Amino acid sequence: MRQTARMVPLRVTAVFRDAWLIAGKDLKIEMRARVGINQIVPFAVTVLVLFAFALDTDQEALRTYAPGLFWVTVLLASLLAIGRSFAVDLADGASDRLLLSGIDPIAVFGGKAAAIAIQLVVLEVLLAAGVVLLFDVTVHRYGLLVCAGLAAAVGVATAGTLYGALVSGLGVRETLLPMLLLPVVAPVLIGATRAFQDAFGVAGAEGWAWLGLLAGFAAIYGVFGALSYGALLEEA
Amino acid sequence: MEPAVRLRAAVTLLGRFPALAGVDLDITSGEIVLLKGPNGAGKTTLLRLCAGLCSLASGQGWVLGHDLNDERRMVRRRVALLGHRTGLYDDLTVAENVAFWARAAGAGGTDVDEAIERLSLTGRLADTRVGRLSAGQRRRASIASLVVRRPELWLLDEPHAGLDQQSRDTVDMLVRGAAAAEATVVLATHELERIQVLKPRVVSVVGGMVRSGSHSADAPNGEDGSTEGDRRVP
Repeated sequence: MRQTARMVPLRVTAVFRDAWLIAGKDLKIEMRARVGINQIVPFAVTVLVLFAFALDTDQEALRTYAPGLFWVTVLLASLLAIGRSFAVDLADGASDRLLLSGIDPIAVFGGKAAAIAIQLVVLEVLLAAGVVLLFDVTVHRYGLLVCAGLAAAVGVATAGTLYGALVSGLGVRETLLPMLLLPVVAPVLIGATRAFQDAFGVAGAEGWAWLGLLAGFAAIYGVFGALSYGALLEEA
Repeated sequence: MEPAVRLRAAVTLLGRFPALAGVDLDITSGEIVLLKGPNGAGKTTLLRLCAGLCSLASGQGWVLGHDLNDERRMVRRRVALLGHRTGLYDDLTVAENVAFWARAAGAGGTDVDEAIERLSLTGRLADTRVGRLSAGQRRRASIASLVVRRPELWLLDEPHAGLDQQSRDTVDMLVRGAAAAEATVVLATHELERIQVLKPRVVSVVGGMVRSGSHSADAPNGEDGSTEGDRRVP
């Protein structure tokens, strides 16, 4: 019993070490491949600009809908980041090697989700600057903006990692991932939009209450993903 | 000696197709086994089953003492599978790939340097991204990332396929090195002449079944898998 109790902290340490290893590897690959900078960010900016063109005649409407447009753009761009995260593992059989490495599936899940979340946070910062410039919005609550952005990024990343693994073994994963993931992350879209409305001062939403929803979503998918990821990898 | 692999009436399905249809096989620790058979006979599936990457639909199996029905993760930590794909990341350098898989397996930095040197990947090659390497160099990098794990069971699927002379020699060196370190080696290859010098036990795989027979030095080595297997290459 005492030996088992001693093993638990060792296993937790190993999980964190391996998660950091996976996240570092995924981020290094993205830095080298520059897919995020050369494709995902331009795609997201293009979507924002198209929204601006569509609502150009009504500057007030742009300001009002800026939070929703921002998060729709983030979710669409996140599909590319999530798909890319699994594509690099599938490209030359590294997914099998990951299974054979003996790394705890919880660490694989945590590492991949962390790498996606970091990429999404960077994307959010760039897009937020774009929204301020293009849609002429001003930030009233920076703390709420930052917390909501972080919580939403973690929520999308955890759910995305879970569903990314679910479809990774299928030939139709590129089209199936959006169909499965977008309905699931609808609560993130709603919560983050309301929180940003409050942060931008464009609506009287209870931003901190909506932040609770975002944090709850991230926690649920974080725990659910960590517990079920091993079984998903076996089936992928 | 403790068996490295023991399969009893092992059935593995690929979809609904029984890629392995009741395999009985014993491989002793330290043994070198050559799997022979025509394309589609089930050799790759047999190697993947031994690696713990395929599940048993029925039957029983043990690899390195672990039950394939419920201890596949334990098996995976102790085996190395060289398949048709390299298992490497194109955007990482050779050294980064080897270091990543070494750290994933809990190996140290000296193991990485040793593996890179052993596979002649030192110098500028070590700092080259894998995506820019030739097929042979990629294969060597892939082998280096396996060597660093110091596996107890090597599973090599067509290890010579598509390689130049230098890389084929590297594969042979790997098998000899593994055998010298008393690891078990199971390989599927059509390069029979190259393997002969290692005097492997030959096991024929035909139609998802293992044909076991007597050890025979003069039995034919045909590729059609119709011969009675389980014999020594002359």
